[in-house]
Amino acid sequence: MLIGNFKERYEADEAIFRTTRSRVWLGIAVALIVAFPFVGNSYHLYMAGLIGINIIAATGINILTGYTGLISLGHAAFMGVGAYTVAWLSNNVGLPFYICLPLGGLVAAAVGVVVGIPSLRIKGLYLAIATLAAQFILGFVFNEWEPVTGGGRGTSLAAAEIGGIVLDTEFELYWLIVVVMVLALLFARNLFRTRVGRAFIAVRDRDISAEVMGINLLRTKLTAFALSSFYAGLAGGLMAYFFKVVSPEQYTFSVSIFMLAAVVVGGMGTILGGILGAIFMTLIPEILGEITQIFGAGAVAMLSSAREVVFGLLIVGFLVFEPRGLAQIWKRIKRVYEIWPFRT
Amino acid sequence: MAPLLEVQGLSLAFGGVQALDNVSLDVEEGSITAVIGPNGAGKTSLFNTISGFYRPQTGRILLEGTDITHRPPPKRAALGLARTFQNIALFRGMTVLDNIKLGQHVHMKTGLLAAGLYLGWAQREEIALREEIEHDVIDFLEIDHIRNAPVAALPYGLQKRVELARALAMKPRLLLLDEPVAGMNREETEDMARFILDVREERGITVLLVEHDMDVVMDISDHVAVLNFGREIGAGSPAAVRDMPAVIEAYLGHADAEADMPGASGAS
Repeated sequence: MLIGNFKERYEADEAIFRTTRSRVWLGIAVALIVAFPFVGNSYHLYMAGLIGINIIAATGINILTGYTGLISLGHAAFMGVGAYTVAWLSNNVGLPFYICLPLGGLVAAAVGVVVGIPSLRIKGLYLAIATLAAQFILGFVFNEWEPVTGGGRGTSLAAAEIGGIVLDTEFELYWLIVVVMVLALLFARNLFRTRVGRAFIAVRDRDISAEVMGINLLRTKLTAFALSSFYAGLAGGLMAYFFKVVSPEQYTFSVSIFMLAAVVVGGMGTILGGILGAIFMTLIPEILGEITQIFGAGAVAMLSSAREVVFGLLIVGFLVFEPRGLAQIWKRIKRVYEIWPFRT
Repeated sequence: MAPLLEVQGLSLAFGGVQALDNVSLDVEEGSITAVIGPNGAGKTSLFNTISGFYRPQTGRILLEGTDITHRPPPKRAALGLARTFQNIALFRGMTVLDNIKLGQHVHMKTGLLAAGLYLGWAQREEIALREEIEHDVIDFLEIDHIRNAPVAALPYGLQKRVELARALAMKPRLLLLDEPVAGMNREETEDMARFILDVREERGITVLLVEHDMDVVMDISDHVAVLNFGREIGAGSPAAVRDMPAVIEAYLGHADAEADMPGASGAS
C-alpha cells in the first residue's frame, strides 16, 4: 500500500518521475523495449515500428487537441509534408537522414503555423473545418505537384544510413524509431511541467483568464500548432524511411481521423494517453485479423467486414465506459493496487 | 502623489445600451476601494474595461501614469494588473499548484526549446518559482493542504481562494476582485475579508473590488464609489456614502416610496 508521497525538497517534488513506483514502471518499460527486438520476429518488429511512429504522431496531435484544445483534422497532411520533405531532400540534395528528419519536422511546423493562423478567431468545430480544408488542399498538392511529389504514384527514397550502417531491416529501423520516440516523449513530458506547457493548458481551459495572466493567445496557439506539426513531420519522415516510398494515399483524411481517434481513445491531455491510444489503434485491427483467421479461409472474406464493425464498437465502448480514455483506466487500476487491501 | 489607477471619463456602449456613462474613478496607492451599485449598474463592465476585454468609446485608463486604454490584457498583466472573476475562472483541468504557477507566467522567461529539454536554466526557474509561491502564496493563504488537488473537485469557497492565490502569484500592483465573497457562508466570508486586508497590509497591494455584501464593503474599504445605470452617483468614505440620498434612492427607490414602507419612518 502506498500511504503517502513525501518530499523534503522542492527539487524532488518537481522531478519528472516523482515516485519510486513510476520509476520502476519506467525501468520495466525500458527493459521491454530493449529486449523486444531480440525476441520478436520481423513481423513483430514491423508492427512495433508502426506503433512507434504512431505514438509520435499521436503525441503531436495530443499536444494540439488534448492539451491546447484546438481540434485538428489535418494531421495526416502535416505528416505527409514531413515525409515528402524527407524524400525530396534525400533524393535531390543527398542529405543524411539525421538532417532530413528534423528538417522534415521544421517544414511541417511551418505549414502547421500557416494552417493555425485562423485559430485566433475561430474555435471548436469551425477550426476543425479549417484544418480539414488544409488536409484536402495539401492532399491535392501531394497528388498534383509531380516534379516534387511524384504525383499519384508517389516517390521512393534510399534507406537511411549512418556511419556506413544501412538502416533497411525492421531490426535497425526499430532502433531509429525508438530513439526518436523516446526523445519526443521526454520533450513533451518536460514541456507540460514548465511554463510553456502550462500556458497551452490554460488556453484550453479558460482562454479569458489565460489572457489576464499575461498569456499571448495567438503566440501560444501558433506555438502549439508548430510543435504539434513538428511531431507529425517527424512521424511522417520516419514513415518515409520505414516504407522507403511516399505516396498520397498514406496521408489521407482517414489517417487524420485515425490519429485523432487514437488520442481520444487513449486519453486527451496525458502523455500516456497518446502512447496507449496509438498502441490500441495499431494493434487491435491486427489482433482482430488474427482472430478471423481462426475461423478458416472461407470465413475471412465475410468476417473482414465484421472486423471493422468490432473495431468501431470497441472504440465506442471505451468512450462510453471511460470518456477520459485508456490512461484513466490505467490510473484507476493503479489506484486499486496502491491502496490495497483497502477499497475505494 | 498621483493615484495608482486613474479612470477618466469612461464611456462604453453596447448598441443602444449605455453600460458606462462618463465614469471617473481614482484608486489611491495602498487603499482598498470598493465599487458598489445595484445589479446592472455597470460594475463588471467597468472591471472588464479596466482589464482590457472591452474597448471604451471615450475616456482613458491610467495605471501609474501609463495610459493602458488601448493595451491588450497580457500587456496590462505585465504592468502589474491582476484580477479575479465573478464566476470563478480557474483552469479546471489543472491542480491548485499549476493554477497558481500560471500566475507567474509573465515574470518567467523559459522558451519552448528550453522547456522541452528542461535544461539547467529552465529547471532553476521552475524550482525558484515553486519555492517562491510556496512561501508567498500557498502559506500566506493557508491552502497548503490542497496544493495537489485538482481545482474542479474543491468546494466553492476554496476555489475563490485559489483564484485569489493565482492573482497574487502575478505580483500585482493593483488587484481587481470581482465579488470576492459572493455566495460564501459567514465563515468563508470572514476568512476572505481577512485575506484581503492582509494582502494590503503585508504586501502593500492596492485593491479595487466589486461587492454586494455591504457588511464587507463597509468594514474593509477606505473609499467607496457608487454606480447606477452606468453613472457614478456618489463617492467617498463608507460612512459618507451610506448617508447620501442618491445612494439610498438607488438601492431603495424614491424617498416617498420609502416612507410608505412599514417601519421605514423610525429608521431614518
